[in-house]
Amino acid sequence: MIPENKWTRITTAESVPLREGRAVRLGGVEIAIFNLGDRVLAIENRCPHQGGPLCDGIVSGTTVVCPLHGWRFDLESGAAVRSSLPACVTVFPARVEDGIISVNIAGGSRIEMEDAA
Amino acid sequence: MQRLVVVGNGMAGMACVEQILKHAPKFEITIFGNETHTNYNRILLSAVLAGEKSLDDVTLHPIDWYREKGIALRLGVGIVDVDACAKNVTGDDGSVTGFDKLLLATGSSPVIPQIAGVNNDGVFTFRNMEDARALLERSRPGIKAVVIGGGLLGLEAARGLQVQGCDVTVVHLMDTLMERQLDTAGGTYLIRKMERLGMRVLLHRRTRTILGEGRVEGVEFDDGDRIPADLVVIAAGIRPNAELGRRAGLTVNRGIVVNDYMETSHPDVFAVGECVEHRHVCYGLVAPLFEQGKVLAATITGNRGPVYEGTVEAAKLKIMGVDVFSAGDFREASPDDGIEAEAVRYEDSALEIYKKVVLAGGKLRGVILVGDTSDSHRYMDWLRNGVDVTRKRRRLLFPEPVEDAGFDVAQMSDSETICGCLGVSKGDIIQAIHTRGVNTMAQLKESTRASTGCGSCTNLCEQLLRAVAPEFQEETKTTLCACFPFSYEQLREILLSQKLKSVQEVLNVYGNRKGCEVCKPALSYMLDMVWCGEHEEDRSARFINDRVHANIQRDGTFSVVPRIRGGVTSPDELRRIADVAEKYSVRMVKITGSQRIDLLGVKKSDLPKIWADLGMPSGQAYTKGVRMVKTCVGTEFCRFGVQDSVGTGIELERRLENLYTPHKVKMGAVGCPRNCAEATVKDIGLVGQEGSWQVVVGGAAGKNVRKADLLITVETTEAAIEAAELFFQYYRENANYLERTYDFVERMGIEKVRKETVYATQPERLKLLDRLQRSKALAKDAWLERETPVHPTQFIQIEPMENVFA
Ligand code: SRM
Ligand SMILES: Cc1cc2nc3c(=O)[nH]c(=O)nc-3n(C[C@H](O)[C@H](O)[C@H](O)COP(=O)(O)OP(=O)(O)OC[C@H]3O[C@@H](n4cnc5c(N)ncnc54)[C@H](O)[C@@H]3O)c2cc1C
Ligand code: SF4
Ligand code: FES
Repeated sequence: MIPENKWTRITTAESVPLREGRAVRLGGVEIAIFNLGDRVLAIENRCPHQGGPLCDGIVSGTTVVCPLHGWRFDLESGAAVRSSLPACVTVFPARVEDGIISVNIAGGSRIEMEDAA
Repeated sequence: MQRLVVVGNGMAGMACVEQILKHAPKFEITIFGNETHTNYNRILLSAVLAGEKSLDDVTLHPIDWYREKGIALRLGVGIVDVDACAKNVTGDDGSVTGFDKLLLATGSSPVIPQIAGVNNDGVFTFRNMEDARALLERSRPGIKAVVIGGGLLGLEAARGLQVQGCDVTVVHLMDTLMERQLDTAGGTYLIRKMERLGMRVLLHRRTRTILGEGRVEGVEFDDGDRIPADLVVIAAGIRPNAELGRRAGLTVNRGIVVNDYMETSHPDVFAVGECVEHRHVCYGLVAPLFEQGKVLAATITGNRGPVYEGTVEAAKLKIMGVDVFSAGDFREASPDDGIEAEAVRYEDSALEIYKKVVLAGGKLRGVILVGDTSDSHRYMDWLRNGVDVTRKRRRLLFPEPVEDAGFDVAQMSDSETICGCLGVSKGDIIQAIHTRGVNTMAQLKESTRASTGCGSCTNLCEQLLRAVAPEFQEETKTTLCACFPFSYEQLREILLSQKLKSVQEVLNVYGNRKGCEVCKPALSYMLDMVWCGEHEEDRSARFINDRVHANIQRDGTFSVVPRIRGGVTSPDELRRIADVAEKYSVRMVKITGSQRIDLLGVKKSDLPKIWADLGMPSGQAYTKGVRMVKTCVGTEFCRFGVQDSVGTGIELERRLENLYTPHKVKMGAVGCPRNCAEATVKDIGLVGQEGSWQVVVGGAAGKNVRKADLLITVETTEAAIEAAELFFQYYRENANYLERTYDFVERMGIEKVRKETVYATQPERLKLLDRLQRSKALAKDAWLERETPVHPTQFIQIEPMENVFA
């Protein structure tokens, strides 16, 4: 369940260019928001490998590639894709309403690592 | 002289007339064609629609050919009646023409299924030039196109429409695409490949109605489902044009019946091509035409003897990146059909390769290749010649290890056909190599047209070239990544010919729509280079360094390296650098290995401010572009200097700075052969000597250490800079992305590099320089984006409108 009241208004939709990511600090967590054209997705902005800023990665379909050493993460589930090690980042519910991007910081979730392995 | 009338100015008719002309002159020839174009290569209409060829490229026989041969050509006249007793034909213009011999080569027509709405505007077939022209006119981005029919022709039409920008759905009646050529497994791989290119495939759908009042709006299926459409192409099969045969009173089944001498049931009427039926088979591909034409030519000129015994049909899908080949009968053992055949398979689902051969009685009966068709000629040879493959059992699906590259072709006789589409034999090719100096595939295509049809003989042609041509040149093909099935060369051609200017467009039309971190930056570079800077820049396709013009560090901060041309700076610049370092608490100020200064550990949001305070241009230390020209002190101070290395290095850097390259380009200029700035291990180096400069290229001292090759020695400084520029632009245009000059020069060979740069003809050199100048004219210092960012949040961390306090 996504706690309905915890949506936080972040910025206008235009602030995040198409197929790019932007970072925002929210309640002590750094979040990367991505604009995929038909929707926005938000994940924790910290690569589990060595802390790379995922907001600066290249988007490929619904995945992002860490700019430091190329680990790839699925923006929907947060799981590392095609990785030899199980790894994941937290994903946060995100939406666009009236041209404003909101993120539900309390609704953050991580997949069970056993699943990713 | 006898009068020969030919009805049908198409591929079979003209191939046969060519053969007839090889015999002693006997006929006064009149040809009727109801199309308005001289004979063209119908096969290539697919390539025309896919934008790989223009309509002007497909002509096989220009009007002069008919003139030279003394042929009376009547274009735009359809023959409507044949009187075999009175021996004349009647045209739709009312003309009556007498003949002594008549040749029917009327081909076939698309089958139009009986469904409502087929007469709507926007419904097309795909058979002739008019169709191709109409489709090109109607298709454009945003148009929804539905192709009815998932056979060879339908799929090629679908891909063509998609390349034109349409949103394409293929609707097929059966549950496998190309079911006449593929089994279910092969068909499934094909679907995957088509879908990955971005086409939708609907199987097992019978179209009931084409919707729309007068103009197409959609199609409706038997089950009531509907999909919208602005354009519909019907590719539901072909039917032989045998009507004239019937009117002439010939024996006609599906097609005009001919025997092994290519005679019809009337002694003076002959038929060839898709309109005939031979041993109960009506063919729909070109390979049989040439064989039939040769036999018919012998018969009709009174040299009756050679016989036509049928052709093993082989089909190849002509869609770039979707390799499908099928020949013979691929059905396996089935007690119902009484077929006794066994199948041998190979499958790799990750690489999407599927191969199957079917054997009967120790011989090959059929073959299917999907994803890798490189061996198709080997199977064709086995099929055509009924080779006993029992002893090859263990290597059926993989070629024998190559010991002698020319072995396959050496085994063939000179008269054996290599290119079935255009009827080119091994002998023809060898002759072209010897008499016309053919050395490359491109030259071979141009001079013999071999492999310009379906392309399945490309491998064989290459082998033949390799074995026979004295200076054979391999065409290198390296693909970018899994998102694109194309080589760099093909991609460059596609970008140019298709006028594609943005990464996403290229991905949508030729790739998997998504792209990845490998191809996106590479495509960005290629577009920039091909369009000399006039592409549509898409920052989302760039690596972070190129979005913010600084090099990302392990902690997510950035480094800033201003341009210090030739390594020469000034107290004023140094002061500004010092001030900036203090003001922004730069963590480390470091002299780099390239005679420059690096400010390390800078926050992204500080970048624009630092650049402004520095007031120096970008040193491009973060990108695949022009890094530096390292110089030594040269004539100005050094007692040994014989050339002005500082002035020359700074000038070279000025001329090339701000340009982008396949990989970084580092240069050096030194005033004498003592080489204090290490110019001989740079991508481009100028080494001063008494009265001249040596220009060297392809040097390295990083992962690899390689001494640069001498490109040329010239007397003046201007000539040295020009040689460097020529090489620089040549590298920009021909290297693969991320290929440093040390690899590039080795791959091309320095002789070739010289021939195509400094030794090229004056006009060629000017063209290279001109393209360089055009790019340079549009190139700017990337750090100016501090004033005009490409996006308001380019350098900014977003501040939330409201905050949460956890
Ligand atoms: C700063 C510098 C080291 C220094 O402190 O001196 C440096 C730093 C880096 N080099 Fe270098 N190279 C530096 C001079 C060199 C040199 C020496 C030279 O330029 O004369 C070489 C050997 C010459 C050459 O280029 O081949 C060199 C060969 C490499 C290579 C290996 C290239 C190769 O193909 O052999 C890489 C990796 C690559 O490019 O793929 C590399 C990559 C890098 C990167 C960009 C790695 C990266 O992707 O982050 C380093 C950036 C550090 C940072 O955070 O800023 N660096 N690097 C030098 C900057 C020069 C400048 O002013 O622009
Ligand atoms: C888009 C496309 C792609 C193809 N790709 C391949 C391929 O990759 N490989 C392959 O092997 N085959 C391919 N084919 C099939 C190949 O083009 C045909 O097999 C070949 O053209 C048949 O030659 P033909 O001379 O019998 O018929 P055509 O080339 O059709 O020539 C017949 C001519 O006769 C004219 N005609 C008909 N009736 C009359 C009349 N009453 N009076 C005057 N003129 C008349 C027609 O207008 C036509 O110009 C393709 C066909 C198409 C349409
Ligand atoms: S040699 Fe170059 S790439 Fe390696 S650690 Fe040093 S600066 Fe980085
Ligand atoms: S920090 Fe992300 S891959 Fe290394």
